Amino acid sequence: MSNSPTRSVDGREVHPFPHRHLIGIAGLQPHEIAFLLDEAEQWVQLNRGTAKHDDRLAGLTLINAFFENSTRTLLSFEIAGKRLGADVVNMAVAASSVKKGETLIDTAVTLNAMRADMIVIRHEASGAVQLIADKVDCPVLNAGDGRHEHPTQALLDALTIRRRKGRIAGLIVAICGDVLHSRVARSNILSLTALGAEVRVVGPPTLLPPAIERMGVTRFTDFDAGLDGADVVMMLRLQRERMAGGFVPSPREYHALYGLTHERLARAAPDALVMHPGPMNRGVEIASAVADDLERSAITEQVEMGVAVRMACLDVLTRGRRGVAGW
Amino acid sequence: MVNALAVTGGRVVTPEGLIEGGVLVQDGRVAAIGSFDCPANVERIDARGAIIAPGLIDTGVFAIDRPAFVAGGITRAVLMPDGGQPIETVALVQHAAAAGKPKVWVHPLAAATRGLKGQELAEIGLMQMGGACGVATGRQWIADTGVMHRLLAYAGSLGLRTVSHAEDGGLVGDAVMTDGETATRLGLAAAPAEAEALAVARDLLLVEATGAPIHFRQVTTARGLDLVRAAKAKGLPVSCGITPAHLFLADSAVTGFRTFARLSPPLRAEDDRRACLAAIADGTIDLICSGHDPQGAEAKRLPFADAEPGMAGAETLLALSLTLVRDGLIGLERLFDLLAGAPARLFGLPGGSLAVGAEADLVIVDMDAPWRIESDMMAAAAGNTPFDGLPVQGRVVQTIKGGVPIR
Repeated sequence: MSNSPTRSVDGREVHPFPHRHLIGIAGLQPHEIAFLLDEAEQWVQLNRGTAKHDDRLAGLTLINAFFENSTRTLLSFEIAGKRLGADVVNMAVAASSVKKGETLIDTAVTLNAMRADMIVIRHEASGAVQLIADKVDCPVLNAGDGRHEHPTQALLDALTIRRRKGRIAGLIVAICGDVLHSRVARSNILSLTALGAEVRVVGPPTLLPPAIERMGVTRFTDFDAGLDGADVVMMLRLQRERMAGGFVPSPREYHALYGLTHERLARAAPDALVMHPGPMNRGVEIASAVADDLERSAITEQVEMGVAVRMACLDVLTRGRRGVAGW
Repeated sequence: MVNALAVTGGRVVTPEGLIEGGVLVQDGRVAAIGSFDCPANVERIDARGAIIAPGLIDTGVFAIDRPAFVAGGITRAVLMPDGGQPIETVALVQHAAAAGKPKVWVHPLAAATRGLKGQELAEIGLMQMGGACGVATGRQWIADTGVMHRLLAYAGSLGLRTVSHAEDGGLVGDAVMTDGETATRLGLAAAPAEAEALAVARDLLLVEATGAPIHFRQVTTARGLDLVRAAKAKGLPVSCGITPAHLFLADSAVTGFRTFARLSPPLRAEDDRRACLAAIADGTIDLICSGHDPQGAEAKRLPFADAEPGMAGAETLLALSLTLVRDGLIGLERLFDLLAGAPARLFGLPGGSLAVGAEADLVIVDMDAPWRIESDMMAAAAGNTPFDGLPVQGRVVQTIKGGVPIR
């Protein structure tokens, strides 16, 4: 259960997560991030049991509105909602009126009118989830907006690291690959720096955003130098269309320069943890031998933590409307 | 007396300085400035100590928006050719030129190329005969250097100034912001600020080669302004403008995905913003324009990258620009040269300064009147201003076009 009990401020009980939505890691205090991780622990235990069920969201409707294709994140949110007893509806965008030219705002108003109790949104445009959140009455969870943020991914990554390493503060985390187009990288930079890790970004200069140092990270274009002594090596997915000469010359050149192999990994700390948000391009950003190395790779554990973290977020964000004491 | 008006009791902004008194107008022209014997039976307006200045000439607007222009003291507007359908024929020039009368006179810029596609020259000469005061590349630069070279030579030979959009399209790509911390944090596609200097440098070389005059609608970066400064020192026929947004806001104004702050060119880094202020003070920047481009909710209430660029700036142009005087950067005479005198000179328009015999385009300005810029209280066709909520000082009390008070 939670290690962060309700705090008392001026004699009033103040709950530890005073946010209506989860749009991003930006705006969260370190103790709020830690609170969500603490909350997720109980769901890790539940999910490992046989009867994976809790009824606290019974009667509540969760709409998964995914404007961009997703398999694993959508599935993860769907399972998280169902394990907590919510009625889960997935909005298939291909069949939706968005294709008929309906604006995002109109879609938001429509979802709101259907009295959803939680809306999970993924959209290909940075800022789109905030736009919807401003127009609806229920909590909105960002499942990825453009290159902006993907907060539940950062939370599940932090939980994975914390469980495997016992801490986050003081660790060296190397985030490697296409940082420029990655919302996973942005959310992870925000959460890991907030939790006290030393974060590096490593990749070809064409895939590192300008002024990224201003987010409190160190920038490396030399893969080996970036890996040197790292406690966690977080690989990012490189989109196929960016390998054809636009940002890097070819997949094989990328693999030669920035692909994670066991030889490369030897530069990192001896017990360095390897992570990847998936889906992987095996043989491009990561060699199969590394991805499948159970000693080093936490990739399947990340997926497992994803469900737990999302259960925690759904639970915490709906406490107010469920009338949980003190919320 | 027919068509006569006496504005009295104010301070008149003239190129020679402030003159106590007023302006007497007869038959649409300035008949006297300062103290004069007021003829009988003329309409009188008491300025009550306010500033009497030349009506503003707004260079490079994208829409003919009379209520906004009148509210902003704008009596003439130089219209970009791509507010809607490209202005690429004589008929369209004449139609646009008539659209604002009598309250506001619109001076269209001819589309430089057919369909503004940057490939084939449009009928520039015919459009000049129809009333076009210059040519413009539109919202985009002309990527093909050969086309730009021919355009400058051709327009220059006709005595027309070419208005160019200074952003290298290849470097900009699909960017919606300037490279920097804000763009990186928001995850928005961004381009280096050098995109502007690259375009300015190329066009200046072509100006040097052809001798044709050019006006950069906006120059917003230190490096771009350095190039313009150096070109002016060489005596090249170059001028440039800027909007208040680029003088008073940096790219951090986009934080929170504020689509009202999505502009073209995009807002720049704070250092560049300061360089723009310095370029106002040292005379590198010739004019301040509103970039008036009203965009409704359907164009702005979208994810940032999907929203249209542009701001409704006409009615805030003067109040925001007065900040430069209040901050001691420039004097009132220079301010009204930036807002009226220079545009008239550069594009060969009547008005622009107050002298006996000049067009009686006047604006009466209460320098101290406080008000708040409010998006949903604007006279403009849409209220897309990045200055929403900002308290400002200085308000147009009365706009007078050709000696006629506009109401």
